[in-house]
Amino acid sequence: MSFESTASLEATRRTALRLLAGLGLYGISMPAFADAVPGWPADAFKAKTADEALVALYGKKFEMSDKVSIDGPDIAENGGVVPISVDTKLPNVTSISILVAENPNALASSYKLGEGANPAVGCRLKMAKTTKVIAVVESDGKLYAASRDVKVTLGGCGG
Amino acid sequence: MPSIRMKAAASGDTTEVQALVQHPMDSGFVKDASGNLIPPHHIETLVFQHNGKTVFTALWGPAVSKDPYLKFSFKGAAKGDALTATWIDNLGKTDTATAKIA
Repeated sequence: MSFESTASLEATRRTALRLLAGLGLYGISMPAFADAVPGWPADAFKAKTADEALVALYGKKFEMSDKVSIDGPDIAENGGVVPISVDTKLPNVTSISILVAENPNALASSYKLGEGANPAVGCRLKMAKTTKVIAVVESDGKLYAASRDVKVTLGGCGG
Repeated sequence: MPSIRMKAAASGDTTEVQALVQHPMDSGFVKDASGNLIPPHHIETLVFQHNGKTVFTALWGPAVSKDPYLKFSFKGAAKGDALTATWIDNLGKTDTATAKIA
């Protein structure tokens, strides 16, 4: 009895999800919704590789720097939730971006620092498979990067 | 029910902020139980404001984990000040919350 009611609830939930999915697709076909937020760099987020994403986001080259530090696990058992933090001693930092090289779209998140913001950020990211994670810091208008490898045991992109 | 849980604590001139947002962050690459692709549904921007000034902006793609967590810090706020967080997602949904800096 309880199984049946659970099953019918599940069916209702699926119907609701399908309806929502339909609405979502409808929304995406409308340009106003596709790039809903002004200033959200859609081109950079849609780029496949880290290099393409950085060109779309900043339009300039970066150099590796030991003044950028990126912290995270060496091995992530669950690729769906990988804590990553970025920190730097560089001055006048205006943005920090984090890229997951092996994801379908490399750019995961980008942060703009307002006046007074300290140049450090922590967040949790999804990783499809074992990958290089790249942190890029914009300091005095120039780009500095660091990377670290994260071994992913169970991918987090449902692939 | 508010989607944003935020803690902001001042120590000296620095305020540490931790925020947890309830959001599916669907990537658009995952299929549901019946094999249909779940369309992308993720937060695009999360903005933090103090005294009418934007102190920190997160630009997020679908690779940010479900129920996103964010930690950052900034200078120039005092205990008792208000800090406001506002997110907007790719479907145009939005929510905002204000925390008092402890």
